Amino acid sequence: MSQPPKKTIPKPPTRIKHYLTAAIVLVLLALSYIQTGSSFMDLITNRDQMASLVIDMFPPDWAYFEKIIEPMLETIRMAVIGTTFGAIISVPVILLCANNVNRIPWISYPARFILNLIRTVPELLLAAIFVAIFGLGMIPGIFALTIFSVGIIAKLTYESVEGIDKGPMEAMTAVGANKVQWITFAIIPQAAAYFVSYVLYTFEVNIRAAAILGLVGAGGIGLYYDSNLGFLNYPRVNTLIIATLAVVLIIDFVSNKLREKLL
Amino acid sequence: MSQLPTHTVDKPKGRGKKIFNRVLILVILAAIYVWAFAGIEEFEIKETAGQISKAIFDGIIHPDWAFVNEEEGLIFGLIDTLAISILGTFISAILTIPFGFWAASRRDKSGFFVTGLGRFVLSFIRVFPEVVLAIIFIKAVGPGSFAGVLALGLHSIGMLGKLFAEEVEAIDHGPREALIATGANRIQVLVYSVLPQVLPGFISYTLYRFELNVRGASILGIIGAGGIGAPLIFALTSRNWPRVGVILLGIIVLVSAIDLISGYLRKKIV
Amino acid sequence: MIEFRNVSKTYPNGVKGLKNINLTIEKGEFIVIVGLSGAGKSTLLRSINRLHEISEGEIMIDNESITAAKGKNLRHIRRDIGMIFQNFNLVKRSTVLRNVLSGRVAYHNTLRTVFGLFPKEDVNLALNALDRVNIVEKAYTRSDQLSGGQQQRVSIARALAQEAKIILADEPVASLDPLTTKQVMDDLKKINQELGITTVVNLHFIDIARQYATRIIGLNAGEVVFDGPVEEATDEKFQEIYGQQLEKEQQRGPVGAGAE
Repeated sequence: MSQPPKKTIPKPPTRIKHYLTAAIVLVLLALSYIQTGSSFMDLITNRDQMASLVIDMFPPDWAYFEKIIEPMLETIRMAVIGTTFGAIISVPVILLCANNVNRIPWISYPARFILNLIRTVPELLLAAIFVAIFGLGMIPGIFALTIFSVGIIAKLTYESVEGIDKGPMEAMTAVGANKVQWITFAIIPQAAAYFVSYVLYTFEVNIRAAAILGLVGAGGIGLYYDSNLGFLNYPRVNTLIIATLAVVLIIDFVSNKLREKLL
Repeated sequence: MSQLPTHTVDKPKGRGKKIFNRVLILVILAAIYVWAFAGIEEFEIKETAGQISKAIFDGIIHPDWAFVNEEEGLIFGLIDTLAISILGTFISAILTIPFGFWAASRRDKSGFFVTGLGRFVLSFIRVFPEVVLAIIFIKAVGPGSFAGVLALGLHSIGMLGKLFAEEVEAIDHGPREALIATGANRIQVLVYSVLPQVLPGFISYTLYRFELNVRGASILGIIGAGGIGAPLIFALTSRNWPRVGVILLGIIVLVSAIDLISGYLRKKIV
Repeated sequence: MIEFRNVSKTYPNGVKGLKNINLTIEKGEFIVIVGLSGAGKSTLLRSINRLHEISEGEIMIDNESITAAKGKNLRHIRRDIGMIFQNFNLVKRSTVLRNVLSGRVAYHNTLRTVFGLFPKEDVNLALNALDRVNIVEKAYTRSDQLSGGQQQRVSIARALAQEAKIILADEPVASLDPLTTKQVMDDLKKINQELGITTVVNLHFIDIARQYATRIIGLNAGEVVFDGPVEEATDEKFQEIYGQQLEKEQQRGPVGAGAE
């Protein structure tokens, strides 16, 4: 049985492509390792420092909770308002981008292009720019989260809208509906559940984002992270982490339950 | 129309309850919004806001092109950002594989220790924003790109682990049974029946996470963890708008290019 | 040789899957197990290579107890038993050749197989196995590009590459159309005759069983209700055993292969 079959067997496909891919990945990793000055030896030699950092965090400063309730609520407020404004602005953006609603390519393509541009800018960077314009506080944070939310909600929803059932749309066209009626009866009933689900998802993302905007002065709990880490007050940092964890887990849980009910 | 026979339409049962639920949701929503908006600080647009907006806009229109090729300039910063995200993504992908299997629910022995705890650990990791992790790693390994790599590497496990676990849950168990029947041991069963099924999904999710990490890495410099963020925050605080403009353009170009390449690769894999 | 000694199986919910089975299957036999759905065919077949555990009794493979075997020992017994499934159970994304080679992994150490370093003889063995089921030209094709019948032939090749002494086939043709059913059953029969591999097949329909088997075993509610050569497995006999149950089953019979 150790002889190959007499019949002509196909030649194995060349593996050059696989080797080449592997080589490219390895080279990229090596270059990245050098460029970033990474050293896992450092990580090992500094393990005591990391351990002591963690030990310093305990016990958490429980009394500090009282002081961070207000900024924590502020964080939630920013997320609520930013998500809401983002959702409102998203509606026209979705209608412009979805190519089964807006059949004019020279409008839908530029609209998508702008949407993609917005999505490339990280939220912290948006916040830093708005802080420069409006000064410190919640307002620049809300602006940043609003724009950030449009990027997520509009993108996810318009893609869902493009996948909806064509039947009702054709039916509405057939009964002679105008554009507004057409959108109200053919698009909105089908897209609403997706839209609400994505808004809730974005709210979850925004809670996490709002928690760090304070690092650049845009309100919320982030400012407290910055100052406590600056003053090396690790028990307080731990309190902040616990509080953030609790809020995020609760909001994720509630939002997930609501989303499950929707879809 | 008046000739049409009139039917009495029965009202659907439970309608009252449904209306009650809707009203309840509306009341709760209204309460949340009243609370949220009541807490906003007084909104007054500073006189300078318009001027600054115009200056930023001018800066973006007339970017500081000289910064592109400077030593430790734009190109250097963007390459650093890219390197941080490549290495960070790679580390997290490798570390996530065991988490993915740990957090996946299984037919035979799901329970608290196999699935529940794994999921909890992943949610726990997800809570830490990469910037906060970076601050902690800076304390450990000093400021610089390596702290950024570690922060991204750890933070990404949270999301990737959840996605990997879903991929593991979706596998076809037939090939596994077939491999067990040939007398293969556990590792051989894993390599020959499970990995070929989950690997394309793992790679695709890793690429998606890479796209997000490029965005993440571009802001790590704000707190001193390497990448383009450091010159950016410096330009912002010194109000050097043409430089802010050129860096912003650089980030947009880099992120868009990575999105395009990664999106193309992901389509090819699936 | 496969021996069942007083084998019983009770499911955790108290249902009896197998009731005191005693059977001896000799080398080179082509056995078809028939019975209605839920009769325990699959449980019986899968208990042979211990994909299903039994509750009482013992199963001997060539005078070695698989029931008592553990770890490496169990894997070595399994290595000699090939298995073919209703849904083929190939890794769809892998090539045909890699699926066939996966039948060889138990012969090598773990490290070697993890890196896919099969010796040349193994590759030739796999290609020969594919040649035997007339599908060698598809060796480097991804398995999901094959039809159902072709996939089932690949899984037969996997069992061949395993150099199995026994082949178990659990409803191998239930997902196939009548024409491919014939090809797959012919392949199994050919292998049984040319290589002398003991073959045990579960089938839903008695007339395919009569066409291919050397011996037929009838199961009903976990008990052996018929065991004999093909000649004895007459319509009258089965009518007597299964009675009205069978009639009902055949009236709504899902596959046309044996209805007439």
